[in-house]
Amino acid sequence: MATATEQWVLVEMVQALYEAPAYHLILEGILILWIIRLLFSKTYKLQERSDLTVKEKEELIEEWQPEPLVPPVPKDHPALNYNIVSGPPSHKIVVNGKECINFASFNFLGLLDNPRVKAAALASLKKYGVGTCGPRGFYGTFDVHLDLEDRLAKFMKTEEAIIYSYGFATIASAIPAYSKRGDIVFVDRAACFAIQKGLQASRSDIKLFKHNDMADLERLLKEQEIEDQKNPRKARVTRRFIVVEGLYMNTGTICPLPELVKLKYKYKARIFLEESLSFGVLGEHGRGVTEHYGINIDDIDLISANMENALASIGGFCCGRSFVIDHQRLSGQGYCFSASLPPLLAAAAIEALNIMEENPGIFAVLKEKCRQIHKALQGISGLKVVGESLSPAFHLQLEESTGSREQDVRLLQEIVDQCMNRSIALTQARYLEKEEKCLPPPRVVSGLETSRFIWECRLEAAEELEKRVLRPGAKSGRLQESPPGSLNALLAWSAR
Amino acid sequence: MANPGGGTVCNGKLHNHKKQSNGLQSRNCTKNGIVKEAQQNGRTHFYDKLIVESFEEAPLHVMVFTYMGYGIGTLFGYLRDFMRNWGIEKCNAAVERKEQRDFVPLYQDFENFYTRNLYMRIRDNWNRPICSAPGALFDVMERVSDDYNWTFRFTGRVIKDVINMGSYNFLGLAAKYDESMRTIKDVLEVYGTGVASTRHEMGTLDKHKELEDLVAKFLNVEAAMVFGMGFATNSMNIPALVGKGCLILSDELNHTSLVLGARLSGATIRIFKHNNTQSLEKLLRDAVIYGQPRTRRAWKKILILVEGVYSMEGSIVHLPQIIALKKKYKAYLYIDEAHSIGAVGPTGRGVTEFFGLDPHEVDVLMGTFTKSFGAAGGYIAGRKDLVDYLRVHSHSAVYASSMSPPIAEQIIRSLKHLMGMDGTTQGLQRVRQLAKNTRYFRQRLQEMGFIIYGNENSPVVPLLLYMPGKVAAFARHMLEKKIGVVVVGFPATPLAEARARFCVSAAHTREMLDTP
Repeated sequence: MATATEQWVLVEMVQALYEAPAYHLILEGILILWIIRLLFSKTYKLQERSDLTVKEKEELIEEWQPEPLVPPVPKDHPALNYNIVSGPPSHKIVVNGKECINFASFNFLGLLDNPRVKAAALASLKKYGVGTCGPRGFYGTFDVHLDLEDRLAKFMKTEEAIIYSYGFATIASAIPAYSKRGDIVFVDRAACFAIQKGLQASRSDIKLFKHNDMADLERLLKEQEIEDQKNPRKARVTRRFIVVEGLYMNTGTICPLPELVKLKYKYKARIFLEESLSFGVLGEHGRGVTEHYGINIDDIDLISANMENALASIGGFCCGRSFVIDHQRLSGQGYCFSASLPPLLAAAAIEALNIMEENPGIFAVLKEKCRQIHKALQGISGLKVVGESLSPAFHLQLEESTGSREQDVRLLQEIVDQCMNRSIALTQARYLEKEEKCLPPPRVVSGLETSRFIWECRLEAAEELEKRVLRPGAKSGRLQESPPGSLNALLAWSAR
Repeated sequence: MANPGGGTVCNGKLHNHKKQSNGLQSRNCTKNGIVKEAQQNGRTHFYDKLIVESFEEAPLHVMVFTYMGYGIGTLFGYLRDFMRNWGIEKCNAAVERKEQRDFVPLYQDFENFYTRNLYMRIRDNWNRPICSAPGALFDVMERVSDDYNWTFRFTGRVIKDVINMGSYNFLGLAAKYDESMRTIKDVLEVYGTGVASTRHEMGTLDKHKELEDLVAKFLNVEAAMVFGMGFATNSMNIPALVGKGCLILSDELNHTSLVLGARLSGATIRIFKHNNTQSLEKLLRDAVIYGQPRTRRAWKKILILVEGVYSMEGSIVHLPQIIALKKKYKAYLYIDEAHSIGAVGPTGRGVTEFFGLDPHEVDVLMGTFTKSFGAAGGYIAGRKDLVDYLRVHSHSAVYASSMSPPIAEQIIRSLKHLMGMDGTTQGLQRVRQLAKNTRYFRQRLQEMGFIIYGNENSPVVPLLLYMPGKVAAFARHMLEKKIGVVVVGFPATPLAEARARFCVSAAHTREMLDTP
């Protein structure tokens, strides 16, 4: 039966072929031939230009001129003529051969030339030599490192701490370990450069909020919440972080931590706190901004600080709960792929911690001094002091800018140079102008420390600054007028 | 003698044995075409060294067992996760706070799968703490685990005099204090330990200047600049040199710091196969001819990123070919000599000396002081205008603190020692001793039949182990025999190529090398 139908279909087809009109057959024949031609002809892409011949390629290679590897740098750029310090950077510092009072190093607790710290470092040098010759995973872990991590964790009253061998690398490795592409980070506009690099390496979405403005942050968080409701599946896997500094390096203000903690629980974001300037400074025992405000340290997910300011060593650490910190041991790039901290620096840090724990009184002394200096500097006309009165790193900014950043910088540099001539070492805050996201205005930054006998010199310095700037130069921004007038005033004053 | 049974001892069963050599054996002459020309020109003194690099492939049954091992591990991992989820098995890892349970989880389960299940089992082979200087012999603190490596407990005992084949102590300069270190003691007492300022502000000490001059002299270049951390040197200076609109050609197996620096710079990154000059040439040609993708504009600069000695492979970069390519296509070359400075070359000056080339032909020479000099930190050296530019624009000079004074003093001391400026030839002797040790060690291991990767002159010797179980057994067994080795697995190496890595040092004596 099947064959019969097949045959019948075939017969029908042949019949149809005979019966079709001629034009129909011809048309179909042409179509079939066209299809066959298309199938076998070479394809061509519309946007590709014709292939270059070998000769043309060689010519292109000959002609191409790259930019020079580095653009030339003007010879008188201030960074090329560094201030060279001979001798220890303690409170009396020898800069370019001239002895000055050191207002420029961030040696907050004065531990840089403490004999106990040096003795501890020496003992460690004798036992371990200098370098560690390996990353932490491959025999680079010394018992001093484990000791230091323990002590730091106990001091900060957290579960665990982890040490990095360089302060900059600490926060720049910690952030990308947790926050990946697709996560959201809310960060303050005045965050320091290391945080910016960490965020860039993490490739997450970054949302900046105005400096210390909790209302702005809340607005951003609310917007994010609305976004989340539109796409709940995605929201369930995007992590949220808030990154703030305890004491901002760029403005000298303290972050409002209690409100931040409230926002954290309301909007379910984790807080990363960067305490480089506030560790060893704020709080009754020097534990930082959490102690200053009396907040439970477990509320903060990660605290990161560098040991280069208060602890007079090199390196940095992160502390927090084991759940958070342990992850960095395998995925913190600056930890796994870099050599560990030289043991003599770790021993110095341990001894510095000992000193901090034994005399909790130095923090009160530091605070008192900061307050007094702030008061003394308030009166200078033409310059304003930016930052909290508690901050040992205070910033002097021009009250009215001259209008162009370069002029501001030059004016401040003149002030700095004049002070140097008067044996006070100050420095301008340096920024990489093209790289910063939100460039702070130029300012003179200075670090304070707690040596007792420098106290009178401080007051002297404050008054000298006042006299120096009181002359019309800085107020109206006219550069030419400033030097001769005020120099005379200073000479007059010191001759008194 | 630790003879991890069966797999890697391939007596006679060498499948796909690839060997690259140049000059005398005419097999792969196209690969080394440029070198051959040099020979024909009569300048034979540098290139007639046989560059013997071998990257054998493993026999088939070894690969099968390796994958099976990982497969079984993964299955068990799933099983245990399941049991932990349902509470049948106790969970030893740290957990999230109660108050934060409803936050978005910090780690996705899958990210940590490897860590939880495979890595935890053999975790005791890493992060072994030591309590003496990392010289040729050191003391390892003993630790045991009561709960399968979730936590460790120190017994308080110390395993003394373990032969150190794991630390990067190439010239044996990392040793306990002796009288020659007196200058470091003095510097420590005068300067203290920290600096508390950045290079631009108040952190440039005269020690730094002295060190930079010495480094420039050692490397035979115009100027140098030092930084406080080797990792940070790469990640903070590559963004200062290249930016958007530039092209970076980087080797497949570059170190994380180079990759991070390249990513942070914002330039386009293209990867060429490891040490493969044809792949690099093809990429260079395409880049110069076709320009940037889509806009077809010319690239602003092309930077080639390579390392002197690759730490996981033990191979040395084919520098002469790369320099010829760079000249032809007008690209810039950046060499990271972290492992090769001080360790390679007749007087220890790195790969440029090893190949007999002029260091001025390389645009940016970068290296670290951690490995051969027994200190910490990194440097970048090259022409004066390059170093001046970096002084002004490097992120580290502006925002990060400078090197600590006693560390700088240690480097100064080691450099003087190596250059013979302290009146002895001990420095040179160390370099020669290292070369001898390297060759002897590699030869012996090959005689025993292990698969070794890498160039025969590189002091980093990877020994392939492949199977995860073998990796753990090898490391533990070696520690019992009082030899400290380093084993590396995924993710630092490809999944199927776990290896043990030996670092030969000038301080090793022949008996120490004979013990394994």
